[in-house]
This record gives sequence, structure tokens and C-alpha cells, in this order.
Amino acid sequence: MPHDHHDHLSPSGHPFRADDDVPLSYWQCMEIAIRELLIDKGETTAAEIASQIDAMDSRSPANGAAVVARAWVDPRFRAQLLENAADATREMGFDIGPLNLIAVENTADVHNVIVCTLCSCYPRNLLGLPPDWYKSRAYRSRVVKSPRAVLREFGLDLPETTTVRVHDSTADMRYIVLPARPAGTERLSESELAALVTRDSMIGTGIPLSAG
Amino acid sequence: MGGQPAGALDLSQHDFALWEKRVDALMIIGSARGHFTVDGLRRALEDMGEDAFETMTYYERWIAAINQNLVEAGVYTLEELGLRMAEIQARGDTYGEAANG
Amino acid sequence: MAEQVRVKAMMPPGHVRTPAYLRGKTGVIERRLGVFGNPEELAYGRRDDRRELLRVRFSMAEIWGDAAERPDDTLDAEIFAHWLEPVKG
Repeated sequence: MPHDHHDHLSPSGHPFRADDDVPLSYWQCMEIAIRELLIDKGETTAAEIASQIDAMDSRSPANGAAVVARAWVDPRFRAQLLENAADATREMGFDIGPLNLIAVENTADVHNVIVCTLCSCYPRNLLGLPPDWYKSRAYRSRVVKSPRAVLREFGLDLPETTTVRVHDSTADMRYIVLPARPAGTERLSESELAALVTRDSMIGTGIPLSAG
Repeated sequence: MGGQPAGALDLSQHDFALWEKRVDALMIIGSARGHFTVDGLRRALEDMGEDAFETMTYYERWIAAINQNLVEAGVYTLEELGLRMAEIQARGDTYGEAANG
Repeated sequence: MAEQVRVKAMMPPGHVRTPAYLRGKTGVIERRLGVFGNPEELAYGRRDDRRELLRVRFSMAEIWGDAAERPDDTLDAEIFAHWLEPVKG
């Protein structure tokens, strides 16, 4: 994303939403009121809210990428990840709270893709907050019925010989795709491999970057 | 919504505003205090109806759901909320700029 | 041989975590996940009702019929046991 200095772009180059530009919306006012009432009543503190925001900000797809890269280089860890992804991830040192995590593995014959049709369930305690499209009506409605067409909109054209497995996060489990390791990466280090693992490759709407 | 007709994907992304992150934090904190469950929030979201999905943003719907659950849990009254919101409005329009970080 | 189950076709109002598009559809148990709080009760603040949760795999042909992109692609979802009924083999 180019870092130009257009007024309507944030420092990272993303546009602010139009509704964030109004001075104070009804719902923003409600958020302030609820926050102040909770603090007044001793339910929370400003410091706890700030700390919670920092904790979520510190979670990003880089965490998941590190997990994936470890699984690519360490067969024992890969087996553990597929057996119990939450425990394996905790063992690597990630604070994922009470997350129940299942890893689903892409192979030469199988491609997995994750959705939550009922709301917006996402492995947020590992990957951070979900992208906007993940929460959209278009993605949630269509990917369970026409996953191949949806994946083509992401630039991923799967061959007919690949079986697509869609996973709808309907209840207590959250999912991460363990993408297939790209060809020609035998000489790369674990951290170099992690750099190839995109957020979308762990949702299943993409595949890892190729080496070099 | 699974399987219903829907249009093309919009793959653009916005940065989360500070007020949106605060909503997220209040959701975690209120849940940790035992005032509601994630299913209680989802129930409130669903009760808002299909219309809310089209007319409200994601975090607008979530703060409305958090409020619904906190009132049901007796954490504060509607009177307290109404008075506080009026007081915040009276602080002036520019007060909202702080919410955008 | 994977155990076949059918999702109940009932349509009660309220907060339900069984997607409408899977009601009445038959799949196989992919794995058993253990016991979790019943979301239909949690939604109203009642926390004591705990139910078995299973992952059920459906073929796209079963769910969407002729409209499926590729019949043997699959969809997995977590379904609580009280929403499943056995299918006579």
C-alpha cells in the first residue's frame, strides 16, 4: 500500500470510513457513555481498557505465520498442530486466551477455506481482528455455496482436481488453514518462510507468496 | 445468510478507529466480568433485524448489543445511560474527535 | 464407516447456532469436540445447560443439489447433538 499523504488515508494507507469522519455519532456517544458508566461503577478502569486495546493490537497475522512456518520445518510440531492447534500454539508462547483452535491442512488435493456465516467468528486471539470482507454479507453468503467463484475473486483459481473444504465456524471452535509449503523453499530459514505466509493464506482465500 | 444471493466482494480495508477498538475492549471486559456471553451479544444483534445489517456499521451494531446486554444485566439503568449521553453531547461536537484517535 | 446424521429441520425462533442452510441435510460425523455451553440458553444468560458438540461434514451436492459447483466439495460445521438425529443405514 503506497504511503502517500492524501488527507483521507490513514498512516498505513487505508481509507478511513466515512462514518468515522463525522464529529460525534449517536453510537460513538453511546460508547463513551457506556465506558464512563462502567468506570464510574468500578466495573473497569481506563487503564484496563487501554491495556485490552494494546493486547489486541499486538495480535496480527505474523503470529499465525510463525506457527505455519514452524509446522513446515518441524514434523513433530506439525503433527501436534493438527492434533490440537490451541495447545501447539500456546506451546510456542502465544497468549491466545481460551481460544479453541483447529488447524486444517492444505495438500496437493485439498484446499480449505474458513467462514463464519452466522456472525464473524475468527481466530482473533492469534491473528488479530478479521478483515472487513470476512464480516461482509457477500463473503458469508456466497463462500458456502460457491467457494470456487469466491476464491477466483481473490485471484485464486483452483483446478477441478482439487477438493474444496469449506469450514463454517458455527459454534465454539475457531479455524486456521495450514497452507501448503511453496515449492523451491527448501533452503529458506524458518523466519524467511514465515514472511511468505499471508493472512489470506491462513483463512484459505489465498496461498503463500512464492519464494524469491 | 449462508447460501443467500449476494453481490461481489469488496476487498478494501479500513483501519480500525480508536472508538471501534474501545467497543471491542468493552466487549471483552464486559464478558470477562460475567455480565453477558458472546451468545447474549449475538442474540441482541440478531434481534436488531436484517435492516440493522444494512444501515449500521459493524461496531455500531456491537455497541448496541453490548448496551442491550448491560441493561439486561442491571449494570446501569436506561435513565443513567440517557443522562450520560445527553451530558456527552453537551460537551460539544469536537469531543468526538478524540474517539477517532 | 463414518456415522451418518441428519440435521433436524425444525425452525424455532431465537438464537440458534445451526445454520438454516443445513437444516434437514445429512452428513457424516467428522469428529466429536466435547461438551460446550448450549448457545440457545447462554443467549439468555443461563449458563448451566451443556451439550455435546460435533463437527459434521456435508457434501456440497447434499446441501445445494444441482446448484453445487462441484458435488464432492465439502462443508464442515459444528452442530450440537440435540440438533442431530441418526440416519438408518
